Amino acid sequence: MVRQRTRRTFATVVALASALALATGCGVTRGPQSNNMTMLIPNSPGGGYDQTGRAAVAVMENADITGGSFEVTNVIGAGGSVAMTRLMNAEGDERTMMTAGLGVVGSLYSFAAPYKLDDATPIAQLIEDQEGVLVPADSPFKTIDDLVQAWQDDPGAVVAGGGSSPGGPDHLFPMQLATAVDVEPRELTYVPYDGGGPLTTALLGKKIDVGFSGVGEFEGQLSSGELRLLAVSGDERLKGEGISEAPTLTEAGIDLVFTNWRGVFAPPGISEERRDELIGMVEEMHETPEWQQALEDNGWIDEFKTGDEFTQFLQEQDERVATTLEELDLL
Amino acid sequence: MDNLGLLMDGFGAVLTPENLLYAAIGVLLGTFVGVLPGIGPAMAVALLLPVTYGLDPIAAFIMFAGIYYGGMYGGSTTAILLNTPGESASVMTALEGNLMARAGRAAQALATAAIGSFIAGTIGTLLVVFFAPALASVAVDIGAPSYFALMVLAMIMVTSVLGGSALRGFIALFLGLTIGLVGLDLNTGQTRLSFDQPLLAGRIDVVVVAVGIFALGEALWVAAHLRRNPAHVIPVGRPWMSGSDLKRSWGPWLRGTAYGFPFGALPAGGAEIPTFLSYITEKRIAARKGHDEFGRGAIEGVAGPEAANNASAAGTFVPLLALGLPVTATSAVMLAALQGYGIEPGPSLMTDQPELVWALLASLLIGNVLLLVLNLPLAPLWAKLLQIPRPQLYAGILFFAALGSYAANIQAFDLFLLLLLGLLGLLMRRFGLPVLPLILGVILGPLMETKLREAMALSRGEVSALWSEPLGVVIYVVVALVVVVPIVVRAVRPAAVVPAVEPSGRVEGEAADNQGNEEALR
Repeated sequence: MVRQRTRRTFATVVALASALALATGCGVTRGPQSNNMTMLIPNSPGGGYDQTGRAAVAVMENADITGGSFEVTNVIGAGGSVAMTRLMNAEGDERTMMTAGLGVVGSLYSFAAPYKLDDATPIAQLIEDQEGVLVPADSPFKTIDDLVQAWQDDPGAVVAGGGSSPGGPDHLFPMQLATAVDVEPRELTYVPYDGGGPLTTALLGKKIDVGFSGVGEFEGQLSSGELRLLAVSGDERLKGEGISEAPTLTEAGIDLVFTNWRGVFAPPGISEERRDELIGMVEEMHETPEWQQALEDNGWIDEFKTGDEFTQFLQEQDERVATTLEELDLL
Repeated sequence: MDNLGLLMDGFGAVLTPENLLYAAIGVLLGTFVGVLPGIGPAMAVALLLPVTYGLDPIAAFIMFAGIYYGGMYGGSTTAILLNTPGESASVMTALEGNLMARAGRAAQALATAAIGSFIAGTIGTLLVVFFAPALASVAVDIGAPSYFALMVLAMIMVTSVLGGSALRGFIALFLGLTIGLVGLDLNTGQTRLSFDQPLLAGRIDVVVVAVGIFALGEALWVAAHLRRNPAHVIPVGRPWMSGSDLKRSWGPWLRGTAYGFPFGALPAGGAEIPTFLSYITEKRIAARKGHDEFGRGAIEGVAGPEAANNASAAGTFVPLLALGLPVTATSAVMLAALQGYGIEPGPSLMTDQPELVWALLASLLIGNVLLLVLNLPLAPLWAKLLQIPRPQLYAGILFFAALGSYAANIQAFDLFLLLLLGLLGLLMRRFGLPVLPLILGVILGPLMETKLREAMALSRGEVSALWSEPLGVVIYVVVALVVVVPIVVRAVRPAAVVPAVEPSGRVEGEAADNQGNEEALR
């Protein structure tokens, strides 16, 4: 009997301990009056959306902008479509936001989701990330023109790689670049890698001829001279050793400006006042020195748009993605 | 200055009573969060990282190192006790670990896991200290063809765990390969076997498959037999490892480390393949030595994979520190953390910020020691958990399995998936299909496909590219030996099977035969 009781006591203690650990680990149930909010992240911890979303949440929490706690939830799956579904289902929920960007626009098409990003409530674009054209240090491609020339001679002969699957930013960029220089995008050889890490490995090991990806992830390799940047995709040159030398595509005579961007969204059907309130919060966050520090630490470009301007930008983006995917017969 | 001296300086900076306290708190937090179902090391580190903000860099490092190792170890605890691995790298640990636990040897399983993790982590970290830059430059030359060859080798090895009936084994393997196909095809952006369900469009998480097949399937199986089988109480068992446990563990610890570290250091190596190779190796060695407890709870089957898992985790610091490459989800989180502490990993890290790097490496070693010190005494306590009466115990396992599958993604659909896989697990047990080949199919299938298609895309469809890398060729030679040699040995020495039955008289001949076999297997 005694033995039985100790056992039961032990079980209770274990159960209580786990419950306690759960409560502290996963956040507390929120009451109806609280200002606590949730930020949905459409990919895994450590990814681009995760870094941007968590950085924004950290700044808002530290500066006490929302007047409550801010919980981050990673909703992984289908390139962000699963998180988007969650956001759309949370119609009218005024305490949820989601981080999204160009990659999610593409995924919503790839996975044939019945909605677009601007069907939710766009709050603000937070950052911009330029894409770069990267080659190993001893590559025969010395300038972007060399690459264009090789493409025009035989598009399939150049093995290109990127850190995203078809429809993602690193895939859309070379495809749009090809179109801009009159090369048939369908004829390119494109090898998808699982993010920037494996792509860097492939470039350093000279497995691919040219890589397309966000410049920020390659700063170390570029400043040490192991990789060379042929061009950047935005409308201004970037700063940094081994980076500032690279021209923009426009400077190199190619009519293309392409940027990867990330921003925050609220569910559809929230009130006008709440939308303005959320925009206000993000604007307040954007003004803090902590956010400026986060931008600098991560190498993000400060490209901030809110409200209608952001909505209009989204519609343009959506159209461009759709056109590219159509050209590739991916729609 | 030489690396050893620099490491000592690192220890000098790190070793203060206050820092040790931070390390201890980190280890405890990491272990407790890592034990929670559905929270693998990546999630544990991401969740607990904010705790280290606001500390000075050195204190933050050491606490972080504790969290990291604690999180890694916590995952194997649930694998052993509840048959619910928290991440794909502890799937192999669950196999023999849970069998040991149910035979009343949970404390020994946990202890061998803790000591194995410690030894592998320490050796691995020391290897990082001395060889990171050299290893990193070699590792990037290894491409898709070599990885594909490794997958071929692993696939061949799977055949040795198919169980008594090859047909049933292959059915299970192909079921696993099919489950591995579900989701988006990375190369073309098409979805496969997803039945227009957006939630199936991503891949099915190996952890959900393992928890469904192992934990849920087992619980349903037990429930189906509750009335027929008498309730057997799990024996209490000894609280500590015996001398023979130690003697049986040290070989697997070292071999596991030898498998795990290179795979971790390879940019696309991962921890699944080395844990699996370690498991197979130990099984073969045990079978050859004649005390094969595999299938009934062999301590070698826990010691080896756990060491491989941790050595691989230490190995991921090679590409992370030397190249700035995060190769796993956990190391991506760590990269972000390091950047937060003002460390910019990359080719020049070792020369630009030596104090910080050596302090970090010293912290990792100290975190590892504390993990052992704090968790070894906890092993007998954890083991007592299994004393809970069977209905409540299985209810608890079901609860944790469900919670874990749900917590990973807060998605009710995953519960449905878990249930479906649990039913599959029940049916497999009913019809005598082994579950291990299925899990291996789910793990290996997608890896193998990705590498094959990458190799083909790089060579624009030229098949000869598959044997274009020296390492790949070496592996194919090993594959050929593994396949051909046993056949030849069997053909040449038909008598080799007989002596085991004879009580005496041919001892010398038998020893010679064994030696021959050993040489052949090398």
